[in-house]
Amino acid sequence: MRVTWELRGSKLFVYLSGELDHHAAHQALKQMGDVLDEHMPLRCVLDLSGLSFMDSSGIAVVLGTYRRLKSYGGELSVAGVPNHAAKVLTMAGVDRLVPIATATKG
Amino acid sequence: MNVLNEMKLEFLSRSANEALARSAVGQMAVQLDPTLEEMGDIKTSVSEAVTNAVVHAYPDRLGVVCLKARILEGGILEVTVRDRGIGIADVEEARAALFTTGGEERSGMGFTIMESFMDKLRVRSAPGRGTTVVMRKRVTARARQ
Repeated sequence: MRVTWELRGSKLFVYLSGELDHHAAHQALKQMGDVLDEHMPLRCVLDLSGLSFMDSSGIAVVLGTYRRLKSYGGELSVAGVPNHAAKVLTMAGVDRLVPIATATKG
Repeated sequence: MNVLNEMKLEFLSRSANEALARSAVGQMAVQLDPTLEEMGDIKTSVSEAVTNAVVHAYPDRLGVVCLKARILEGGILEVTVRDRGIGIADVEEARAALFTTGGEERSGMGFTIMESFMDKLRVRSAPGRGTTVVMRKRVTARARQ
């Protein structure tokens, strides 16, 4: 699991790649928390296109990030979501709180 | 039901072994030629079951998690995850969506995902005696060249 980020103006892009499971989630949440605390972006895009696996730990990571941003008035959107990760997030109703865009191939 | 293949794996309840477990079952499932979606369903469900054992069964020590995968006649994959941990007092409550006793990195969706991604899910548990989760999924037969 790798967490990288890039600040473009007031918008923060966070890229998760590799396998997001319970083992990886703790560290991912901590790293993302540090970046969010430092920059307090008003808009954050969580890009999941680099994920090769995601289980329900991904729900907790998206919701945790959403709550952190919301606490100071920031907004989260999720982009590049692989099909199976989208299935997991939708099942939990995450798409009712956070805009979710699936990965486009080709 | 005829058993066509079977494997067993035992490992310590370390979170690093969640990936080991789903990869092992994934390799077994390949023999049934699943679609990408079916493979995702299987790996995610195994990950959820093993994570439950890692997080909840042995809260303050390491214990052993037993994983068994069998291929049954008719294209059915059966996965069993067993621990000898603290057990679940109320299985029905634990299976309910959004119920969790885990920390902020848990969502309470584990059993809901297993239930909806697999065809069958059975949970047997007794306090102090551990938990056994058995799940089955029929992998769709595809036309083979």
